[in-house]
Amino acid sequence: MKPEYKIISDLIEKDAKVLDVGCDDGTLMEFLKINKSVNIRGIEISKKKVQTCIAKGLTVIEGNAEFDLKQFPNDSFEYVVLGQTLQAFINPEIVIKELLRVGNRAIVTIPNFGHWKVRLNLLFKGTMPITNYLPHDWYNTPNIHMCTIKDFVKFSKIINFKIFKSLALINENVSDINNSNLVFKNLFGELGIFLIEK
Amino acid sequence: MSIKQNIKTLIVEKPLKLDCGQTINNFPLAYETYGSLNHEKDNAILVFHALTGDQFVTGINPVTKKDGWWSYAVGSGKSIDTDKYFVICANVIGGCMGSFGPSHENPKTKKIYGTDFPVITINDMVNAQINLLDFFGIKKLFSIVGGSMGGMQVLQFISNYPDKTKTAIPIACTSSHSAQNIAFNELGRQAITADHNWSDGNYNSKNIVPDKGLAVARMAAHITYLSKKGLQEKFGRKLQERDDLKFGFDADFQIESYLRYQGSVFVDRFDANSYLYITRAMDYFDLVKQFNGNLSDAFKHTKAKFFIISFTSDWLYPTQENKDIVIALNAVGANVGFVEIESDKGHDSFLLNVPDFLKALKNFLDKSYAEKFHEARI
Repeated sequence: MKPEYKIISDLIEKDAKVLDVGCDDGTLMEFLKINKSVNIRGIEISKKKVQTCIAKGLTVIEGNAEFDLKQFPNDSFEYVVLGQTLQAFINPEIVIKELLRVGNRAIVTIPNFGHWKVRLNLLFKGTMPITNYLPHDWYNTPNIHMCTIKDFVKFSKIINFKIFKSLALINENVSDINNSNLVFKNLFGELGIFLIEK
Repeated sequence: MSIKQNIKTLIVEKPLKLDCGQTINNFPLAYETYGSLNHEKDNAILVFHALTGDQFVTGINPVTKKDGWWSYAVGSGKSIDTDKYFVICANVIGGCMGSFGPSHENPKTKKIYGTDFPVITINDMVNAQINLLDFFGIKKLFSIVGGSMGGMQVLQFISNYPDKTKTAIPIACTSSHSAQNIAFNELGRQAITADHNWSDGNYNSKNIVPDKGLAVARMAAHITYLSKKGLQEKFGRKLQERDDLKFGFDADFQIESYLRYQGSVFVDRFDANSYLYITRAMDYFDLVKQFNGNLSDAFKHTKAKFFIISFTSDWLYPTQENKDIVIALNAVGANVGFVEIESDKGHDSFLLNVPDFLKALKNFLDKSYAEKFHEARI
């Protein structure tokens, strides 16, 4: 289980209606179902992973978040979770807007491209950075829109959504991000976790 | 054929008002069951058959002496596990395996109905089958399952009886028959009615059968059930028991021979007028129109858990049409899962040995059934 799942779970109220976008093999969905008794749905692009979820008794539809969120009416869910996939979309702006249309709140996690290892990797090696959170080579990565924690905070002002809570994950420890420590968290946070609202 | 002695029949006494306006009562509904109904009566699955199917889902069909049409999916230890579930399947009205259909005698005229039989719809089929629940004393089914026209019945059933099933699995189907679907059905009907033997539908009284027309109808339809890739891989341009072309119109190619065979075995087991009536019912199926253009309204009263399944190479009821059902369900917040199964076996994939499909079906049913124990604990 990914370390951020516990943190995501803590952000979600009990018995809420939740959509996990890009739910993968359903690990987070199962965790939330057991720990928060949430009414949870998933959407996943890989047929194989959808099959895995069905085998776990999870309600998942095969689909692409970029095109298939359209089918959900406004405010269908209390929370919509998007784990480490924002950077893989052709148009992250539309995806964020869609998340906040179908959900009252969204939880978005991003691998932080501003992490010091990433910066040093590019500076000294002169090659595209490969880290735990970014394990791909430049030519086979699904990640086409990398951003930093700072970029995401800036993004919230540009496309106008509220960041209700922001957290950084550093060596599996979680800490709050605020205006005064943003530069620091942007350098040491491996993952940014944001609870956002319209 | 000694049909009658192998067929279980429920005589539906309650009047059924058909969509065409006529009312029928005291009509036969032929059915078969597999497995056993448990004490709580909560393990029943109603299976709906497709155009040319019948109530003999699995095992040896006692009439045709061939395997049941869904032997891959239904049986002991299979996806629809008859050790666990009580499976019910009825021959649709309009059919020719014992249920009220055009080959029956009209009690008023003492003649076989033929085309005097009322035109029936998917809605009528479902409304006839609901009587089976009372007959078995089942308050709520565990699931309703069907592919193709069976899937249409699943959708109609849940829209008519939203609280009569816990889960629903429409497979490779549509909520509204497309122009292409209607076109293919019309081709089949024209083939039948163009056969001189059809005699305006009165072939029974003359002891003849429009076998040529019905065979052509079956051949044309059969092509729509397969994919181009599947056909190419299985037959390609292979020749039939000959080394070279014969420069004539015999079946030179294996595909020709295959289709001719499919046509010829079909006429032995299926009634031409039933083919007309059932294809008509499919063509008239338009759940979107029934709900004034908003398919979601068909599902807004149900709490059932849905699982929609489509196949990549099905061009008769393509994934998009199945996805439209998913979209309509999501629009009303229904509990719906969906998967498109990779297969090059075309529309027929749901009837064949497609392991990913069979696995998904089994997993969904077994996991959903296990939830009842979970609920019981809470």
